[in-house]
Amino acid sequence: MIIARKKPIEEILSDIAPYDRILILGCNECVTVCEAGGKKEVEVLASALSLYHLNRRDKKTFGEMTLERQCDREYLEEIRPVQDDWDAVLSLACGVGVQFTAETFPKLPLLPGVDTICLGANEDRGLWTERCQACGSCVLAKTAGICPVSRCAKRLLNGPCGGSANGKCELGADTNCAWQLIVDRLKALDRMADYETVAPIKDWSTDRAGGPRTVTREGIQI
Amino acid sequence: MTENPAPGTPEPRIVAFCCKYCAYAAADLAGSMRLSYPADLKIIQVPCTGRIDVIHMLKALEEGADGVMLAGCLEGECHFLAGNLKAKARVGQVKKILTEIKMDPGRVEMFNLSSAMGARFAEIATEMAERIRGLGPSPVPKKPKKAAAA
Ligand code: SF4
Repeated sequence: MIIARKKPIEEILSDIAPYDRILILGCNECVTVCEAGGKKEVEVLASALSLYHLNRRDKKTFGEMTLERQCDREYLEEIRPVQDDWDAVLSLACGVGVQFTAETFPKLPLLPGVDTICLGANEDRGLWTERCQACGSCVLAKTAGICPVSRCAKRLLNGPCGGSANGKCELGADTNCAWQLIVDRLKALDRMADYETVAPIKDWSTDRAGGPRTVTREGIQI
Repeated sequence: MTENPAPGTPEPRIVAFCCKYCAYAAADLAGSMRLSYPADLKIIQVPCTGRIDVIHMLKALEEGADGVMLAGCLEGECHFLAGNLKAKARVGQVKKILTEIKMDPGRVEMFNLSSAMGARFAEIATEMAERIRGLGPSPVPKKPKKAAAA
């Protein structure tokens, strides 16, 4: 899923400063699961911002709303009937949701309430870690199911580099060397022969290098 | 003993979320023991402090409480195993939020005690009231007190 992190309240306070009526808009998908922008986080942020402004006798009002998804126009339509009630929307969705909401309501100022971090997994309670960079051409079949694009700092396809030591990346002791993980798993799968095959140069045009990407599936278009 | 506030100093309004199995029973015991504790302490019984989320503490402050305390079982003795530890973590989250919005994080606190500790209950209630009195009334505009239901 998409992993996001709540923005510091100080940054949000400065972003919302020009507006009086602010709708805090959550999303029921990824940001709910990673506890950054779901209904609960909308409630807590609305309460914290209200407290801050009550303390200063500022006349700001905050609304709360959480949509099923902000990356789908169908659900964004729920805002249309109330759009004139608000001076700005503070969206707690990922960058996709913020942009799609902005595109759908061109006259409504949109502010992000979270920082979108990565595509990751829920490794433990309160711990999310990156697993994919959406490079557009998956190499996992060749790398024993461990992604060197997202998990190796140098995105090496024929690793490891000389910095790998005791299973750790040269970045530091907190980061496992992706290539050590790949070799360990290839061994466990009895597929070390795969390691001897040099990976060809990857076509990075499917990654960001080729510009914004689009997926078209004609079969389901009506 | 409850400290007598200076004339004109309002009693701090404190909301105390108390676990049914320990702190609430301890408050009851404090009453039976005829111990006094601050008058404006509003005790709310909960099945476990683990039920209290960040939003409950923030809402209490938003509604005009000067302080919020959670009182749960001693660590390791929660009836629901780890409810009091979850509560402790959430109190930590609220303290962080209060710091971010420039309110004193001391307005919320977690306490742990057992049902046999009546005297300790009176003590923590007094300690919290003194702390809040030191911080002064919450800057949130006060809402008029609701008349007690008939
Ligand atoms: S140490 Fe391993 S993970 Fe780190 S950059 Fe080198 S190969 Fe990649």
